[in-house]
Amino acid sequence: MENVIELQHIQKSFNGFQIRDLSINVKKGFVTGFIGGNGAGKSTTIKMIMNLLQQDSGTISIFGKSYKKHEKEIKERIGFVYDENIFYENITLKDMKMIIKPAYKKWDDKKFQYYVEQFELPLNKNMKTFSKGMKMKASLAIALAHHAELIIMDEPTSGLDPIFRRELLNILHELMQDEDKTIFFSTHITTDLDRIADYITFIHNGQHIFTKEFYKIEEEYAIVKGTLDLLDCETEREFIALRKTNRGFEALTANKHRVATIFGDTVVVEKPTLEDIMYYTKKGW
Amino acid sequence: MQIIISNSSKEPIYEQIYAQIKKLILTGELQEGQSLPSMRQLAKDLEISVITTKRAYEELEKNGFIYSIVGKGSFISEQNTEMMKERKMKAIEEKLLVAIQNAKEMNISLVELKDMLTLLYTEDE
Repeated sequence: MENVIELQHIQKSFNGFQIRDLSINVKKGFVTGFIGGNGAGKSTTIKMIMNLLQQDSGTISIFGKSYKKHEKEIKERIGFVYDENIFYENITLKDMKMIIKPAYKKWDDKKFQYYVEQFELPLNKNMKTFSKGMKMKASLAIALAHHAELIIMDEPTSGLDPIFRRELLNILHELMQDEDKTIFFSTHITTDLDRIADYITFIHNGQHIFTKEFYKIEEEYAIVKGTLDLLDCETEREFIALRKTNRGFEALTANKHRVATIFGDTVVVEKPTLEDIMYYTKKGW
Repeated sequence: MQIIISNSSKEPIYEQIYAQIKKLILTGELQEGQSLPSMRQLAKDLEISVITTKRAYEELEKNGFIYSIVGKGSFISEQNTEMMKERKMKAIEEKLLVAIQNAKEMNISLVELKDMLTLLYTEDE
């Protein structure tokens, strides 16, 4: 399968924070959810993908091309959706369109109009008065109006109500009817990913933990609960991290089947959420 | 084609889709040559990821229930019902043998066992 984004061995030191040997591939035609706690390096990574920050070493290629030679072409094919500070405060969406339009060869007025109507956005209202959700929709309408093949979103759902989040998912589902489109978005509202993400890329402390098909996570990882007498130096090694209380233990494993053979029916094995995986990975670090 | 998936089920979503389409095929509701919705359309309708429907279709294809033509989509395969019936019969035989074994161990007669079977069979209806 073709990769739309390829990061190879990226190193970046930034405000006392480090991205270490980060290699990520994002597959064409699918939705990849980008997760990690606050300060894990998600925004820094996205900024490097957008060429808004430069890596110290390593290579980045987008659509198989490098920014050095093809910056303009790459940028035209990306729709960057970001809710803050990208809109000039005191203008209307209509003015905004006039400013942005000349930057894109493939700008499509009809498409823009279609999304403005679908998202119920006012064209002649000062954008300063837009809510967070409206800004997000405006940003998305612009991205979709220039036929972006790669949609990159940084926390598109944070601070938005559940109704809007569901609407956004419907828009993304609609978009993914076209198999040439790719979506890469960061979030820490992991439930948003259940309904749309094909792949999950998880980073922690500036390092890549995994990129997997969503369903594989359920097949490999599990939350295991049992009584404390089941634990010893040997069995504890089966877990990424462990939480013990006087009532028993709860732990995360990345090898569900192995745990099933070791513990059998003596433990309770549950499907982990992405939050469980993030929480225990941080603990076990 | 209607498919109902449960998000709270222990069974993975792709397996739920697989099982339901398989059932529609085996009961004849979906017939040879009929086309299935595209993976992307089904994903959108069910509000699930594309890779989940892709996996379900791949399993259906692997087990001979459907076939895909690039650029055209997925279709129901010709079902070899004779072979399927035979396989089922064999499975039933095996289960019955276990029951007979158990009956013999407990000195339960054939007549009693038949009565039991009749009772259970009709009760189920």
